[in-house]
Amino acid sequence: MTFLQFIFYLFAAILIVSSLLVVTVRNPVRSALFLVLAFFSAACLWLTLEAEFLAIALVLVYVGAVMVLFLFVIMMLDIDIAKMRAGFTNYLPLGLIVAVLMAGELGLVMFSKEFSAESLPRPAGQIAEYSNTKALGSLVYTDYVFAFELAAVILLVAIVAAIALTLRRRPVTRYQAPEQQVKVRKEDRVRLVTLPTRPEEDA
Amino acid sequence: MIPLSHYLIVGALLFAISVVGIFLNRKNLVIILMAIELLLLAANMNFVAFSHYLGDLSGQVFVFFILTVAAAEAAIGLAILIVLFRTRRSINVQDLDRLQG
Repeated sequence: MTFLQFIFYLFAAILIVSSLLVVTVRNPVRSALFLVLAFFSAACLWLTLEAEFLAIALVLVYVGAVMVLFLFVIMMLDIDIAKMRAGFTNYLPLGLIVAVLMAGELGLVMFSKEFSAESLPRPAGQIAEYSNTKALGSLVYTDYVFAFELAAVILLVAIVAAIALTLRRRPVTRYQAPEQQVKVRKEDRVRLVTLPTRPEEDA
Repeated sequence: MIPLSHYLIVGALLFAISVVGIFLNRKNLVIILMAIELLLLAANMNFVAFSHYLGDLSGQVFVFFILTVAAAEAAIGLAILIVLFRTRRSINVQDLDRLQG
């Protein structure tokens, strides 16, 4: 067994076990933390596939941003775990049947000759000067530039939607109304009065 | 040498585990969202594996876009979750019956 094989099987085992724990542990916080472990070991598997940029992006984007968001939300909500777990074992047989069938079918396809080591050998590694990020960037900014811009729009929509959904206006808070402010004219606010002056006393 | 099928098997197992996770946690919306993230990770695993073994970087570009969409999906899903919890005081999927669907 080579070192690469050892790394692959180690992280694949960690990935499978931690993803099993994600869907079975009681506490949602632990579930989120196991999901972090799953993403981390998936990133290590991608490193063995020489997808360095995506592995780092997975750690930064998922572990760094999305999972922190998940943890924030879980800790903010007051979830009744016991009520949530009711009926957990009722769905277990059906879920297991579906999962075993699905894994079996996918396994039948993937153990076929097409994907074996003989018909599709592992390519030789790239040279040391090869930059995965550079190659990916030259592809994204040429062939896939429209899809890339579309992805940016999707992210913008996500930002706007998340803020618009969760923004809460409290009736007690006082807000400025700029549209009212710019419409104000002098006549609405200023009232000129002519006060009778005191009659001058003769000296 | 690790054949391509081993990476694909890891992806398939991950996919099956997250599907069974959606079945098991039918009440907890947070765990369902996490299981969806695992589903997308399983798909990404296949993309990266094929990209390496076929020597085509386009697979990695697709993973890049899937990551973008998954991040947007997580953000909007969690925002909906928070709004739901504010109005119903619960994230149980079975309480989502206002539309009578």
